[in-house]
Formats: sequence, structure tokens, C-alpha cells
Amino acid sequence: MSETVAVIGFAQAANRPSAGTTSGVETLVPVFREALASARLDRREVDFWCSGSSDYLAGRAFSFVNAVDAIGAFPPICESHVEMDGAWAFYEAYVKILAGEAETALVYGFGKSSAGLLRRVLALQLDPYTAAPLWPDSVSVAALQARLALDAGIVTERAMAEVAARSRADATTNPYAQVSGHADPGDLLAAPYVADPLRKHDCAPVSDGAAALVLAGGERARRHRERPAWITGVAHRIDPPGLGERDLTAVPSASAAAEAAGLPDDLDVAELHAPFTHQELLLRAALGLDDRVRINPSGGALCGNPMFSAGLARIGMAAEQVMSGRARTAAGHATSGPALQQNLICVLEAES
Amino acid sequence: METVLAAPLEIGFDYTRSLGPVLGRFMTGLRDRRVLGSRTADGRIHVPPLEYDPVTHEAVTELVDVQPTGTVISWTWTDRPLDGQPLDRPFGWALIRLDGADTALLHAVDAGERSQMRTGMRVGIRWASSRTGHIRDIECFEPGEGSAPALESGEDPVTIMRTPIRLAYTHTTSPEESRYLRALAEGRLLGQRCPVCHKVYVPPRVCPADGVPTEDEVAVSAHGTITTFCVVNVPFAGQRLEPPYVVAQILLDGADMPIPHLILGLPADEVRMGMRVVAVWRDRAEWTTSPENIAHFQPTGEPDAPYESYEDHL
Repeated sequence: MSETVAVIGFAQAANRPSAGTTSGVETLVPVFREALASARLDRREVDFWCSGSSDYLAGRAFSFVNAVDAIGAFPPICESHVEMDGAWAFYEAYVKILAGEAETALVYGFGKSSAGLLRRVLALQLDPYTAAPLWPDSVSVAALQARLALDAGIVTERAMAEVAARSRADATTNPYAQVSGHADPGDLLAAPYVADPLRKHDCAPVSDGAAALVLAGGERARRHRERPAWITGVAHRIDPPGLGERDLTAVPSASAAAEAAGLPDDLDVAELHAPFTHQELLLRAALGLDDRVRINPSGGALCGNPMFSAGLARIGMAAEQVMSGRARTAAGHATSGPALQQNLICVLEAES
Repeated sequence: METVLAAPLEIGFDYTRSLGPVLGRFMTGLRDRRVLGSRTADGRIHVPPLEYDPVTHEAVTELVDVQPTGTVISWTWTDRPLDGQPLDRPFGWALIRLDGADTALLHAVDAGERSQMRTGMRVGIRWASSRTGHIRDIECFEPGEGSAPALESGEDPVTIMRTPIRLAYTHTTSPEESRYLRALAEGRLLGQRCPVCHKVYVPPRVCPADGVPTEDEVAVSAHGTITTFCVVNVPFAGQRLEPPYVVAQILLDGADMPIPHLILGLPADEVRMGMRVVAVWRDRAEWTTSPENIAHFQPTGEPDAPYESYEDHL
């Protein structure tokens, strides 16, 4: 049994509007290779493999089974899957190592968001009795949340445009980003609405991609990585599914997860999984992140949002900040479900 | 570089859901042009109704009528409605708190144009002309205070709702799969050899034993051996043949992984493991980039292959 677990490797595929096969196998092969190389681990040394993906992205049942080809599952491996972002697969692997059932794990998330009409497919994550049969698309659902925040004076369209501008500027140094560049918030505000009050810059692009994270417990982590990113806290929480049942301008599940994970006051960096500009502002408030915390040096999900790996990639990129020595403490955040319904926080530190 | 093959993939299925005591009464109400909310222990009225109290965790049993009119608490606008949405012309999505309720319902507002939408606007239900006990019994909301009165219905309570799901995808193959499919269009079978274990896969795939992409292209015979098979006796939706018929795993000569296909040309009870078979191609004029170019396999009449020749491929 291991009392500490660390991230010792990470890799991702470039986020692209359309790339790769529906199965994702060919995309995963080089991502696994790179993640394992960065952790100096052979694939046969991986005790546990865990993935996050969704059949609704591929349009067929048990689509994740195909992806196991990329592992090379012979002799037989220990493997699991969650129908959620890979960040929740990460949680399962973390617990598996804590419980002493594995010493090392590789966690991955993947999906071809562009195979279907993503915002329509995502209607199927809503309540199947009273909401999904109306096919409310994910951008419209986010727009309802944004208007509540605007009407309440919690955000402004200007502040949302500033989030987009900052994210795109940061993404210019992220070779995996799909969207990047220098934009003036005033110019962004001149664009038409795509779903009033959201403009194009307020919404994450549709991205194909994949990411993989390598974990190891205690001593094993030290053997493989000079400066592992130690996980000092992880928690995930969920808010009620009914969109009219909760205050969409607060994110109670994010606040609760942050408290349970022990999000420190002296955080250097936070990678927030906010697919819409107003959601970054809501999350910063819910997590109590002030201006001293560097938010999304990668550019965040607004610059590349591969479904089922974008949350895992936030943890991976937060871990890279620590492993590279750029940060002493970092947090990775992942969200799942409509309008920030489910939230996961992972705290990473340079010393265990 | 050759372009990869991609094709439309449309899937459709109906979710048939049992409603239970709370949602059953809610949907029965909608059929009769009534909206019911559930009352939780704190006195709050929830529309849509909750089945369990989020605070006490007790089952919710009390349902009360609320008004078919209400107030928009948030909204957005859709210029180009998507397939399946409540209206096929530009409309507003809104969270609507019905009069008498404490929570908001998500639905469409037929406001004509964006400038008619605002937070705080009053809306009323436009009932669907044909109602079955479904959230779509509310056709949409419309601006104003009006809504048709409830009906006295003697019909049975609604216990089931059916929701059709239709999704459209573009399925994309890998470069290796594309070459395999293009070869099929020319009447050839192509495999790929793993550079590590040297096994040949038809159709090509990342080697499932070694996790590496395959590189060498290998021509594979249209002759093969049945490794195992089953006799299909059960009819199912979309079935193309009359049962009984045989589906077998066929190890093509030169390949290391069997492919599934039909065995025709002999009675089902005469098919056996080790039987030698050959592909029967459709008319060349019908060939496309599809494994369906092979209609089925049939016996060659050769002696059966010894078990040892395929025991590692079962």
C-alpha cells in the first residue's frame, strides 16, 4: 500500500478540428509511447490501465474496447474504463494505487468530438425524461448559465472577452493548442452572438484529441522521475442534474471538491477546465482563486477541448508545471456534465 | 498522401422508459394539460418534479398543481434549430419558473424574434394537439398569459414514455483500413504484418498484442479454414437471411486472425471446424470499398485442415 502517489509522465495529441479515426487507436499509440518515455516506464511495467471515453462520440457500443489495441494487451492486462472524462479514470487509478492494488498506472482519455454534431450529441447527457427529449444543445445550455451570471452582475461580456483574449495569447506558446493568437477584447465583442449572450470566442472549439498520464506510488515515483508531481489531494463532487434545481451561477460542487482536496491558499498555477469563458470566471470565484494564481498557462479548454481528455489534460499540464520546476504547487480541475455539474480538483506539489 | 475513407453512419433507437409513481403522474398530467410539481419537506415545489427529497432523501409523494403560465429567469436564442428540437424556426430556449413553482423548467419559447425575449418576460404553455404523456406534450411556450385549460380525462395513467434518438456521424478509417477497403473494391484481400510479432491482421489494425502500428502490406488468400462457427436460429430486427444459417470464424490462408462471415452452400448441420472454404464474390459491378463484396464463403471440397493448423487462432 502506498501513502503517496505522483504524476510521473504526461503526453497529449495536438488538438485539431478533425483528426484521426473514429476508434482513436492510431491517435493513442504515439501518445502512450511519449507518456511512458517521459516516465521512463516500459508498457509492460504498467500495473493498471484506465480510460475515459464515450460511445456517444463514436456512435457505437463498446467503442473503448477498440482502443485497447493501442496498449498491446498481451499478456493480459488489468484495465478499466469510465464513461466520463479521463480525469475520473485518473481518480480510479489514484485510488487503485493508494489501495495497494497497483504501483503504476497509465490513465488515458480520448474521443473524436468531430464525428457527430457534438453540441447535439451532448443533449443526451441531460435528464432523459424532461430535458433530453427536447434536444437542448450544450452551447444553448451554457448560454442560459451565462445569462444568469450576467443578470446577477457576477460576470460581464467584457470580462468574458478578456478571458478569451488572455487564453488565446497564452496558447501561442502551447504547440498542442487548436486556437491561439492575439486578439483585442473590444474586437471580440464586435462579433455576433452564436447563442446570446455567447459569442464564438466564449465557446471552446470542437476538438479531436487524446491525452495520457502516468502515475506511480511513493518510492516507485522517485525512481522514475527526478521531480514527480505529488498528489496531495483529489476530490470530486456533483451538483443536482436538473438545470432549474441549482443556482447555475454558483458552482457548489467545485467549492466542495476544492475543500475536500485541500486546495491551498498559496497555489502557483491552476489549470481550469472551463469550456466557456463565463465558466472560468464562475470557477475562479467558486475556488477562491485570486489574481496571484496563474490561470491556464496552456490557454485552457477554450483553445482546445477534446472531449473526454481535456479534463485529464488539465491535470497533466498542471503536473508538468510542477515536474518542470516552473511551479511548486499547482491544481488541475476537470468538469463533466452540463453547465459545470460535476467537478474534480487535483492538487499537485513538488514535495510529498 | 492518399485520403482516408470516411462514410456517414446514422444510428437510431428508441428509449422506452418506465416512469414510476412521480414522473408517471407528471406525464399523465401533461397529457391532460395539467402541470404537477412535487413538494419536498422544506415546502418547495419542484417542476420538473423530484422523485426523492434532496435534503431528507425520502421518497417524494405529494404532487400539486401549478399554473401553465410563468416567468423566464434565463434565456438564449437559436437562429438555426437542430434536428429534434421543439421548433423548426428560430426560437428561444428558456428556464421558466411556472407560477406556483420554486424551480425552473427548461423549454422552448416561440417568440418570433430575439428582440422579443427578455429576462422576466411572462410566458404560457402552448399544448401539443396530440398528447401522449411526454415532455413534448408541451409543444413550447409563447409570450403572454394565456394557456388552454386543463381537461378532465378518464384515460388510464401514463406509465411509459418513448423517446426516439437519431444521431448522425461520419465514421473515419485509418490509412491502413482505407487501403484494405480500396483493395476489396478491386477484389483483393490485404492484410498487414506486425513488425514485432510478425502476425498478419485482416483487416489491418494496430497489433493488439504489441500495441504498434502494422507496416508491411501482405496479400491474403480468399481461401481459408473454419476455426469455429455458430448456427443462427434466432430471428432479430434487421436480419437478412432466413434462420437457420451459419456464421463462422474463417482463418484466411496467410492471416493470423480469423474474420467472421457467412457459410452458405450446404446444410447448417454439415458445417464443421477445420472445413476448408473459399470466398464467393458478388458480381464485379456491385463491388465497392466494402467487405460486403464477398457475399459469403462456401466449401471447397478439400480435406479438412488438421486441428493443429488452427488451434492457436481460436
